[in-house]
Amino acid sequence: MKLTVNGNEVEVTSEADTPLLWVLRDELNLVGTKFGCGIAQCGACTVHLDGVAIRSCVTPVAAVANKDIQTIEGQATETGLSPVQQAWLETDVAQCGYCQSGQIMAATALLAQNANPSDPEIDAAMAGNICRCGTYPRIRKAVHLAAALIAEEQSA
Amino acid sequence: MSDTLTARSLSRRRFVQSSGALLFAAQCPVGLSRKAYAGGAGAMMNSFVRIDPNNVITMLANNSEFGNGAYTVMSMMLAEELDVDYRSIALEAAPTTPEYYSPLFREYLTAGSVTTGSTFMPMRTAGAKARAMLLEAASQDWQVPSAELTTEGGKVTHAASGRSSTYGELLEAIHRLDIQPPETVALKDPSEFKILGKPARRYEGAGKVDGSAEFGIDIKLPGMLYGAIARPPVHSGSVIDFDATESLAMPGVVKVKAIRAGVVVLADSYWRAQKARAKLKIEWDRGVNDGVSSEQFYADYRALADTPGLLAEDIGDAIGALDAAETAGNVIEATYEMPLLAHATLEPMNCIARVEGDTCTIWSGTQYQSNDQEVISRFLGIPQQNVTIHRPLMGGSFGRRSSKTADYTVEAVEAAMGESVPVQIIWSREEDIRSGHYRPLFVHKLRGSVDESGMPEAWHQVAVGQSLMQGTKHDPGYMVRGIDIYSLDGCLQEPFGVFPYGTSYQIPNHRVESHNAPKKGIVPQEWRSVGHTHTGIAYECFLDEMAHKGGIDPMELRLRLTKDHARMNRVLSVLKEKCDWDKPLAPGRGRGVASRIYNISPVAQAVEVTVAENGDFTVDRVVCVVDCGFAVNPLGIEGQVEGGLAYGLGGVAFGNIDIVNGEVQQSNFHDYPVMRLPQMPKVEVHILPSDEPPTGIGEQATTPIAPAVANALFNATGRRVRRFPLSSQGFNLV
Ligand code: FES
Ligand code: FES
Repeated sequence: MKLTVNGNEVEVTSEADTPLLWVLRDELNLVGTKFGCGIAQCGACTVHLDGVAIRSCVTPVAAVANKDIQTIEGQATETGLSPVQQAWLETDVAQCGYCQSGQIMAATALLAQNANPSDPEIDAAMAGNICRCGTYPRIRKAVHLAAALIAEEQSA
Repeated sequence: MSDTLTARSLSRRRFVQSSGALLFAAQCPVGLSRKAYAGGAGAMMNSFVRIDPNNVITMLANNSEFGNGAYTVMSMMLAEELDVDYRSIALEAAPTTPEYYSPLFREYLTAGSVTTGSTFMPMRTAGAKARAMLLEAASQDWQVPSAELTTEGGKVTHAASGRSSTYGELLEAIHRLDIQPPETVALKDPSEFKILGKPARRYEGAGKVDGSAEFGIDIKLPGMLYGAIARPPVHSGSVIDFDATESLAMPGVVKVKAIRAGVVVLADSYWRAQKARAKLKIEWDRGVNDGVSSEQFYADYRALADTPGLLAEDIGDAIGALDAAETAGNVIEATYEMPLLAHATLEPMNCIARVEGDTCTIWSGTQYQSNDQEVISRFLGIPQQNVTIHRPLMGGSFGRRSSKTADYTVEAVEAAMGESVPVQIIWSREEDIRSGHYRPLFVHKLRGSVDESGMPEAWHQVAVGQSLMQGTKHDPGYMVRGIDIYSLDGCLQEPFGVFPYGTSYQIPNHRVESHNAPKKGIVPQEWRSVGHTHTGIAYECFLDEMAHKGGIDPMELRLRLTKDHARMNRVLSVLKEKCDWDKPLAPGRGRGVASRIYNISPVAQAVEVTVAENGDFTVDRVVCVVDCGFAVNPLGIEGQVEGGLAYGLGGVAFGNIDIVNGEVQQSNFHDYPVMRLPQMPKVEVHILPSDEPPTGIGEQATTPIAPAVANALFNATGRRVRRFPLSSQGFNLV
């Protein structure tokens, strides 16, 4: 089966019912995407499928062949971190950091749809991403900063 | 104190005082003070600092990083005295040898919110001693007085002659001139600090935004097999027999075997292992905990609470005063009941083990590696030093990874026995919730009376729950006359055992008793802020009841009760002002307050809630004032306060583990809900300036939030919750 991950075409051999999460982690060694619950409850495994945030732990690999899959590893470019990553770093969001790949992917997808989300919109869009360390206040702050960075980038 | 401090720093600042607390004595275990360091490739300047010729400075970190910020504060301390950027320091997890044991615990353990306090002197001293050696080498080599040398950015400079060398370049001179570490060294005066006390971003933050931070679950070793364990339905169950025919026929499955923890499937991927696990047919012996239920715990504990317990504290004559007040109708009585809680770290437990001959290597996210080493060495019958531990970053811990039984570690070792490759065991979320360790269930029974002025006159509290320490190797250190000091942490007015602090309140008649409930059903485990997770609710909610009974405003009551405790009194005074305590709230809204001391930082919170008709409520605002001594990293402290209170808020709002017929009923985040973004209140953190030595902050904010919210709900609705979580009583945090 062929997959397109972060713009690269790769061949994988996992069984068709294997969740994308485990193909990424165990077969492709892209371990930035995390396992937290396995039942679409925590968001640690969030990746983008054709630009939309999905839970890779409940997405069979067979369902994503020939689609554009983006993971945390594909967010930075040669010119550096993505605006969302920059905002996360600057706001010092992470504590243990385990949820943050998923948070960043969720925030990136949100900002692609809504360039300037309000707090309630951020809350609603990211309610599915659990952070056990409780970095929520900084997540809200970082999403606003990321929105500003993206706006700046676009006006430049 | 062994000590390395000069009279100058002693006289000018109070950092070096031990604050009256043995716990926080600024001990300095900088070892190797006379040990030769290796020349050539890189030199150990002392236990904590290695410098390489290419000027890479490496810190050996003997505290775990699980989100607590240990790596940040420790590198800041070292960098401050070495005059380098803390982010330029390389870091290695220090090996599991006694020289790296915590000076406080005398074990290799990161716990109790003591990392900052217990490393503040050792890490600075390590940096200062290394710097002194570099200065001495430059001074001798360049024939200039040491006093004319300066250090900055990893270089020693002599301004007058224009000479300058990197630390790495000076290694050769140190070696050639046989420069030895000094016995004592002057530390910087806090007025000279460039790094400490300033907001600093997380040391390992970069890897946590680009996905490259490596957690235990991410490690892949050549040939490694993945293991998934089918665990007994009841804690204490074991395997009688199993049939793995179907599992063994599945792709990638290598072996299935019974171990003490259950039946483990080894396969070439985790998905394949856990898929094959589902096909196992297992006959279980349910063990001694069959039939146990958490409802029965409540009933048994309530009955025990009516009987005299082990007497921990008896100030004045509480019983006499209560009996006398009874006739005047000035007595109130209440029973508080707190459930079992799981930790639910976002990274599930996992461990890699490799067993070869009489050696064992593990890769494990752990708070407690000397214990892991001990348990493994006992299990395998090999010398302790033959157990090597690699410690990666951890996706949260909250106490779970300080397991005294080393459960998730030793089972990986057992699974790896007889295998020629490393084995990684990964827990599913269901295993984490059902088969973990738990904050023990507690019942507190309280009686209290108020005097004519409305102030508390007598207090009688009986706590019942399973002890964390009884029967463990910590029994001698943390049990006093059979009483687990954690069961009563934050209930006693006077210091108790090794805890050098009381409640900060003065009630003239104060009696506290404790029952160690029978050990059964579960393995009790520390949960962020430990005893305070239940004592905080019992004490602070009942104090609120006393305020109500006496007709005194709860904030005012605390201010009066702490008039002899300057630090807490200051915290509360600031809180009262910052939270607009006296500003009226609209109907349906309420305010609550709680104040606690834990290891030994006073912290108080005021919360505002809005409650709907149907009991749905929001926590709109939390104002938190902390006094954690000198604030080493204000940015980190603020994060710990926000996160700590989020953890406690989720726990009090809906944290609940039920056991029925020996089996845990919850299994994943759908039925063991945790805090989510929309439920997170706005948080305002006020760190009081202080030049006392730094004290804990990782768990402190967890302690007042639960009672403060319950008190606010009472304030808003007149309904007092005495059984938790709040969701079980019709109050749903939305
Ligand atoms: S692991 Fe996919 S949502 Fe939790
Ligand atoms: S930072 Fe630890 S779970 Fe979010």
